[in-house]
Amino acid sequence: MNAPNENIALAHDDPLVIAGRAYRSRLLVGTGKYKDFAQTRAAIDASGAQIVTVAIRRTNIGQNPNEPSLLDHLPPSQFTLLPNTAGCYTVEDAVRTLQLARELLDGHTLVKLEVLGDPHTLFPNVRETIRAAEVLVKDGFEVMVYTSDDPIAARELEAVGCVAIMPLASLIGSGMGILNPWNLKLIIEQAKVPVLVDAGVGTASDAAIAMELGCAGVLMNTAIALAQDPVSMAGAMRKAVEAGREAFRAGRMPRKFYAASPSSPTAGLIG
Amino acid sequence: MLSIVVNGSSRVCTDQATVADLIRELALEGKRVAVERNGEIVPKSRLADTPLANGDRIEVVRAVGGG
Repeated sequence: MNAPNENIALAHDDPLVIAGRAYRSRLLVGTGKYKDFAQTRAAIDASGAQIVTVAIRRTNIGQNPNEPSLLDHLPPSQFTLLPNTAGCYTVEDAVRTLQLARELLDGHTLVKLEVLGDPHTLFPNVRETIRAAEVLVKDGFEVMVYTSDDPIAARELEAVGCVAIMPLASLIGSGMGILNPWNLKLIIEQAKVPVLVDAGVGTASDAAIAMELGCAGVLMNTAIALAQDPVSMAGAMRKAVEAGREAFRAGRMPRKFYAASPSSPTAGLIG
Repeated sequence: MLSIVVNGSSRVCTDQATVADLIRELALEGKRVAVERNGEIVPKSRLADTPLANGDRIEVVRAVGGG
């Protein structure tokens, strides 16, 4: 007999909790690099994501004032918008960007902090990231922080009050997957706030592995937006995150080099 | 006339203009934007009573796609 509501019930029993708020979806998605806003929205709907990142940029002066805007397609009433500091290389720029975002989004305080250190690799500058996190937390922001997969940096970011630690799996936009699961495992083990993989996921199995490691969620943009069919990939990512989470909670069997223990009975063989 | 810089581009406006007047002139009234004047955020509630001054540097930002 089918039990169609079982998985839904499971998801509700196991919400992602960030800064005291519960989310059904553990997949967070970016909104960049899509063909147009319609595709952005279709992919986000297929992903099931409730938290979506946005960037803050200068308004184009002198262009058609009635051109469609991203937030027309992703209204704050339907999604938790997570403004980011993409492209910021200093504490000052990151703080300024998020203060503008807070004004833009009517006092919204949940943000994604990233302070980059190198325009070629987009590797984070961890020292500047920690300094910016301190300033933002004191200013009342709830900071989800992008960082390297260094467990000591993760610990320091948690100590200054970040509400989620988001180490990279590999470099932003690279699609290289999870390069150092052992470091992620160390970060997950020590953290008391959610740990989400942010950056580097290339395909669905990467997201599933992140969740099987015990990540609380996965944040991605390019893996969906630059897939041949972004909407299909968004659906695949939703399933991968759910499957990975369920496998993590189920607890995998121990690894053995060989087992000599077949799944079928050894007794009652014919002949 | 006042000479100001908006999002990096020079612009002139009338002597008595406020930030709200500028936003109207840019056809951004009622749009979801945030405004900074000389590095300080101008809250929505203060746009109409914040006068522009010669040499002001104004930033007007919005949300765009990003990861």
